[in-house]
Amino acid sequence: MNIIVPIKQVPNLTDELEINDEGTDLAHDMLQYVLNEFDEHALEEAVLIKESVGGTVTVIGVDTTGELDGILHLALAKGADKAMKITGDFTPGTPSHVQAQLIADAIRPMAPDIVLTGVQAADDRDGQIGPMLAAYLNIPYVGVVTGVSISNGKAVVHKEYAGGVMAEFIVTLPMVVGVQAAHQPPRYAPVSKIRQIAKTARIEEIAGAETAQAGSTVRRMFKPEAAGHAEMWDGSPDEIAEKIADLLAEKGLLKRTA
Amino acid sequence: MSNDIFVLAEHFKGKVTDITYEMAGKARQLATALGGQAVGVLLGSDMAALATSIGADRVLYVDDPALAHFNPEAYGRVVQALIQKHSPRVVMIGSTSMGMDLAAWLSITTGLPLIAYVNGLAVENGTLVATSQIYGGKIQAEAVPDGEACIVSCLAGAFPADAGRVEAGQTAPAVETIPAPVSLDNLKVGFVKWIEPAGGDVDITQQAILVSIGRGIGGAENIELAEELAAALGGAVSASRPVTDAGWLPKTRQVGKSGLTVKPKVYLALGISGAPEHLEGMRNSELIIAINTDPKAPIFDVAHYGATCDMLDLMPALTEAVRARQAA
Repeated sequence: MNIIVPIKQVPNLTDELEINDEGTDLAHDMLQYVLNEFDEHALEEAVLIKESVGGTVTVIGVDTTGELDGILHLALAKGADKAMKITGDFTPGTPSHVQAQLIADAIRPMAPDIVLTGVQAADDRDGQIGPMLAAYLNIPYVGVVTGVSISNGKAVVHKEYAGGVMAEFIVTLPMVVGVQAAHQPPRYAPVSKIRQIAKTARIEEIAGAETAQAGSTVRRMFKPEAAGHAEMWDGSPDEIAEKIADLLAEKGLLKRTA
Repeated sequence: MSNDIFVLAEHFKGKVTDITYEMAGKARQLATALGGQAVGVLLGSDMAALATSIGADRVLYVDDPALAHFNPEAYGRVVQALIQKHSPRVVMIGSTSMGMDLAAWLSITTGLPLIAYVNGLAVENGTLVATSQIYGGKIQAEAVPDGEACIVSCLAGAFPADAGRVEAGQTAPAVETIPAPVSLDNLKVGFVKWIEPAGGDVDITQQAILVSIGRGIGGAENIELAEELAAALGGAVSASRPVTDAGWLPKTRQVGKSGLTVKPKVYLALGISGAPEHLEGMRNSELIIAINTDPKAPIFDVAHYGATCDMLDLMPALTEAVRARQAA
């Protein structure tokens, strides 16, 4: 099977995010970029499919930062067979519509059997890449998927709704899957393996021409004001435990044992 | 192009879901400002009765057996055709499992811009302004569509549901039932069946006290500390998504956007950072106490009380303290 995994690099959300001087975007040059965590799940699900029915897994992404290679090496260390990057005059914060169009143009001639990508990313202000890819490639899409299995040229996917309820769909390939979670946690790639791959891996470059647009313009980007904040307690775990127990008792919430 | 606001209704297990009402109420407000109507769009099979509770000016109900259960391909084709036929000003779609299969796909197939993760909508001088919550809830982006018409996908809880329900004594909307406007033959996506979650031993939505654990639990082997605390309190253990995704607890214990919404008397959030998707599921709990080693964790913005000690030390200590008071 020809399995393709489009990926995106996103700002590391555990870092402090700063707004640019114009107040219309993040100050991107101050940020560190990591692999979108949902794409990590998509990659794991792709590798599991390969291990189950055979094939090759190709990861591909738009290089918006000039630093995509590190993420592609990580993906290869996690089981991808091939890595490709789309290059051009792109900047961080390139909208999803543009990334989807660039990726669709690049992978259309590859005639994938199945495309797996993360169901969403933290910077998807103009929407998610998976469904857009499916529309550009004119193939079906099912998202929020937590399990994919292949049989007889069809994919059986489990789509998740609230409360753990799922729907089973059977889909004629090729298709795009928006992965919520792989059916096992993404495998770990040791740093030593990533370093080794960085020395030997060949990343194929494709020149991309941007034709799509986000379709809307941000006039103001800002950090929301929190409506309130918790009253913070100091102390050792034992002291905090006493405070919580006192509070619960005070509110009549501690059940008495017989 | 009309000035109508389309609201894509959602139904689940035979009922219209709250997000439909939230969007309908907002749609009526926008329609008044833009000089159009709020139009509910409901897709289903033998479900016309569901349309009458939707507080829109009118409802278009598309009836076809292929629409009985949500199917992204079937629903996508129908909604695309309706948009192309009626040219609404704004199409409101929920940012939900169903809506996220459709909104971005429709943006490409209809050519309309999409503004996603919307938690604020207003009309300024005849222009729609949409505010999106992005970057894990850390950032708000206020945007204007480049053209006149657009699609917006709306976060659950962004707008009040009551504003979009038809109250007793009010007139129900006019409902027009139509057949599918396009062929629903030769679908590549086939709905097979619903699968209810396993491990339905505990209904966390009915618990008065929840001991809720996040990534900070570290591993499955530490869960028994939470179970002991929950037992001492007469409550149950719930969890955030990373814990259930890792398979350490069943999905039925998950609190949040893709899990369950809970409103217990006490919600102990242990090692939970407070991502917006989690907050959506528990922010209306009566008493929220949060423990997280990161003082900047967003959970502290909604919690009533908090501390930055280690949850693995706190749990046994609290179990002791609770038992001591109960025995006294």
